[in-house]
Amino acid sequence: MEADAIHELTAAYALDALDEREEREYEAHLARCPRCREELASFTETATSLAYGVESPAPPPGLRDRILERARAERPNVVPLRPAWRSWTAAAAAVAACAAIGLGIWAVTLSRSLDRTRSAREQQARVLSIVSDPAARRFALSGAHGTLVVSRTGAAALLVSNLRPAPAGKTYEAWVIQNRSPQRAGTFAAAKPFRLTRPVPEGAVVAVTLERHGGVEAPTGTPITAAKA
Amino acid sequence: MTRRGSVLAFGGRPRTRTPMPRDLAHLSDEALVALVARSDEVALGELYDRFGRVAYGLARRILRDDALAEDAVQEGFLAAWRSAPRFVPERAKASTWLLTLVHRRAVDLVRREERRRAETLDERVHTTDASSDEAVWLRFERERVQAALARLPDQQREALELAYYGGFTQSELSERLGQPLGTIKSRMFTGLGRLRELLTEPEAEGREQWKPTPSTS
Repeated sequence: MEADAIHELTAAYALDALDEREEREYEAHLARCPRCREELASFTETATSLAYGVESPAPPPGLRDRILERARAERPNVVPLRPAWRSWTAAAAAVAACAAIGLGIWAVTLSRSLDRTRSAREQQARVLSIVSDPAARRFALSGAHGTLVVSRTGAAALLVSNLRPAPAGKTYEAWVIQNRSPQRAGTFAAAKPFRLTRPVPEGAVVAVTLERHGGVEAPTGTPITAAKA
Repeated sequence: MTRRGSVLAFGGRPRTRTPMPRDLAHLSDEALVALVARSDEVALGELYDRFGRVAYGLARRILRDDALAEDAVQEGFLAAWRSAPRFVPERAKASTWLLTLVHRRAVDLVRREERRRAETLDERVHTTDASSDEAVWLRFERERVQAALARLPDQQREALELAYYGGFTQSELSERLGQPLGTIKSRMFTGLGRLRELLTEPEAEGREQWKPTPSTS
């Protein structure tokens, strides 16, 4: 019989209430404990039913298209990778696969820590796939040192080298502006490479403003930096 | 086997032209994920039509911000798009898997947004398009889950709500509520176990006959 203390973590894990260290410890236990795996599957169902316990207003009409557009833009990224890059991703995928086997097959579907690692890795990979695309177009930023990189599919990354971290309670927000109409393209905190959350069509302007934490629907300040694609 | 075969045939169509609008309404959620695993956008759209609204409501509850909620839903669905080939239907329902991905991203975002999490967890109530079938069904589900939550002891309900909707870790809850970590752990464990019983209990009389019809209230 496994220690009750760690068995009891099944509920917190199902509710996503463990920190990363606790998650790893629990997953190590899970790999050895079929009883916890059964319990976890069932607890996860119950925890997820809480998603239905809140008001569900209809999402904004543009969200569906935006998701499909992003999905479409990501698909070609799988094919034209250069060899060095491909072997790096293959290695990372192999490590992830070994971890999944170590944890038991359940992990592939519900593992928190794997998903988190994957999510961080994918963010990075998506920026790198744009930047390393030889066919990507590059545009110098005005108002700051940096470059806007736009791939053939319109996926874009912003590399700004002299941005100070956003002040407390503020965030940088990127915009894709077409026909004088700015569309939100994601928020970011510091001067790390950042992948815009929407594609940048040719001729569009990308701008960055400082906004309140969490971002806003429309820019309120003057752009800190901008580039025309 | 026959079902699987037909799903594969479906997804394997050539893509040289704009796909014909296809009606995927007859497919199970899990079959849709199998199509999404083959980079089928129409299937992703159908999955969004089935769960986008619940996902958005959940993300909005956690993040208390419409724009951030959109980001969480978008990232959750894109995570599904990328990881669908690794989905194992024997291990979880597709809806559970998808909402888990959205929940995770909303929680990750709210943990970065300390300011928001300090806000009180009062429920904002909206009366929106309550007459569509989907809205009526969602309201029914909401009432069912809230009724079950209401039957939990206060401290257990509080622990579940702060964890799932507030994005607090068990250690943060222990600090916030001034209770030993062990107490928080067992409140979550007992609370979630009890909630499971309440939700799977035979429905109260009259509920089983319930049909989604336009409501007057």
